[in-house]
Amino acid sequence: MVQSNCIELNEVQKKYGKKIVLQNTSLQINHSEIFCLLGPSGSGKTTMVKLISGIDTANKGEVHVLGKKMPDLELFHQIGYMAQADALYNELTGMENLEFFASLYGLQGTKQTDRIMEVMELVNLTSDLKTLVKKYSGGMRRRLSLAIALLHAPSILILDEPTVGIDPILRQSIWKELRKLSQSGTTILVTTHVMDEAERCDRLGMIYKGQLIAVDTPQQLKQQIGVTSLEEAFLFYGGGDKK
Amino acid sequence: MRIRSLVLRIVREFIRDKRSLALIIVAPIMILTLMSFILTGEEYQPKLNVIGLSPSLTKKLESSGAKLYKKTTVQADRALKNREIDAILTANMQTINIKLEGSDPAKNKFVLRFVQTSLQSKMPSEIRIILSVTYLHGSKDMSSFDADGPILIGFFSFFFVFIISGVSFLRERTSGTLERLLATPLRRWELVIGYVFGFGIFMTIQACLITWYSTQVLDMMMVGSFSYLLLVTLLLAISALTLGTLLSSFANNELQMVQFIPLVIVPQVIFSGLFPLDGMNPGIRYLSLFMPLRYGADALTDIMIRGKGWSDISTDVFALITFALIFILLNILVLRKYRKI
Repeated sequence: MVQSNCIELNEVQKKYGKKIVLQNTSLQINHSEIFCLLGPSGSGKTTMVKLISGIDTANKGEVHVLGKKMPDLELFHQIGYMAQADALYNELTGMENLEFFASLYGLQGTKQTDRIMEVMELVNLTSDLKTLVKKYSGGMRRRLSLAIALLHAPSILILDEPTVGIDPILRQSIWKELRKLSQSGTTILVTTHVMDEAERCDRLGMIYKGQLIAVDTPQQLKQQIGVTSLEEAFLFYGGGDKK
Repeated sequence: MRIRSLVLRIVREFIRDKRSLALIIVAPIMILTLMSFILTGEEYQPKLNVIGLSPSLTKKLESSGAKLYKKTTVQADRALKNREIDAILTANMQTINIKLEGSDPAKNKFVLRFVQTSLQSKMPSEIRIILSVTYLHGSKDMSSFDADGPILIGFFSFFFVFIISGVSFLRERTSGTLERLLATPLRRWELVIGYVFGFGIFMTIQACLITWYSTQVLDMMMVGSFSYLLLVTLLLAISALTLGTLLSSFANNELQMVQFIPLVIVPQVIFSGLFPLDGMNPGIRYLSLFMPLRYGADALTDIMIRGKGWSDISTDVFALITFALIFILLNILVLRKYRKI
């Protein structure tokens, strides 16, 4: 693989009706880095993530993933996507949900069962495999969604607000796991509106009112303007243009 | 005070809900209009073939408003079979034999009464004409339920499959799972076909149950082939399924799905044959060409009451298959809204 960027957005614009939700945005995400999109709700995070994962198409500009223009049916095999809303079948058990999605990615037989056990161990849900999803708590549903995104061992992981409603201890272990995955070569794109989570990323994109207002490492973003917290940095980049 | 603000809120909400507004206004108007076409249509003109009737009797029938034919026995029999005429009147001494087409009890009664009243009028009471009645299909014991049964089978199968499949596809969309599915390598057509087969299993069970129950338990008249009956019911259900999933793309919640019932289902019932359409404006009658239920009901009546075979139902069967295919294609196209490939 010679291309330098894992994910590349070129002057991407997205409108819903007349409302522009993402304005001419360009962004490069490197291979095997953890990239974080930080912004309040309604800022355009989810829209951006949908464009990258190929669920939605831009009105202007192009999205390239692994050198190919999105959407591309083959690329869906390489991408693991976890939506903001838990897209789960409530009337099925956790196991049945996993089996369904695994088979969509072509995972069959013992390979499927092994993989299901692996990811459920990771999100600590092994004991609830046989429980109906409608009886899951909010946090459990988030974890099952994450497990489904990890199921086919994708080389790119796109997680839309993955840790909402998950307790601190489990969150810690999920981040540890994400770090491990990135070290083994997985590129991870995470959205969040929680500042302290953004600190854990390699690089960080601040997004506000449909615009990327700053992209750099968390360290650099703070140092450049001489503040100690990302919150201050966000305020500066977001409202700073007015002085 | 609280009540007033509640009322205000409801009024505001409702005004913004253009769909529900349209439903309470446009839909009733539309349905009433359709009904009025049937009910205020011209008086039905019975189509009778007379053989060997005296000129005076023939004249009486004609002046009462019947449309008369004077075909030979063989020709008349064929016309009766093709439902071009309603009855054949053959004179035989003092007796007049009436052979009715017979598959519609309401029409049977109408034709009989028509013949009786028009022949007896202005007749000296001592000369009585004796009517002897025979039926091509059915018999005088056939009830309206027998006649409408095939249509009802078609209707129920259509209606429930439409609602269930529509709502479940809608759920797929509102719960986010549709979006999640489109982030997998699943193709759009695979999704649609998956739905057809997934529900197809239940529809097969439904078709078996309904047909078995109505013929065996309800003792509905059934003279044709059971396997054709099953085939048509199943095809009708598939067209309902694909229409349901298609229309669910244009609904944002379950209520909006239900709002499609008076718009999509009720007109089909009106045109299905439950109500006689003879009095309806021919231009409007053409609307029925676009209604799957009409073809299903037609084929089911042919099979169950007239005992007809493949050559008579094949047009209806192909029409149903065409509907299903068109709806499937449109489903796949509409999913483009969510993912381009």
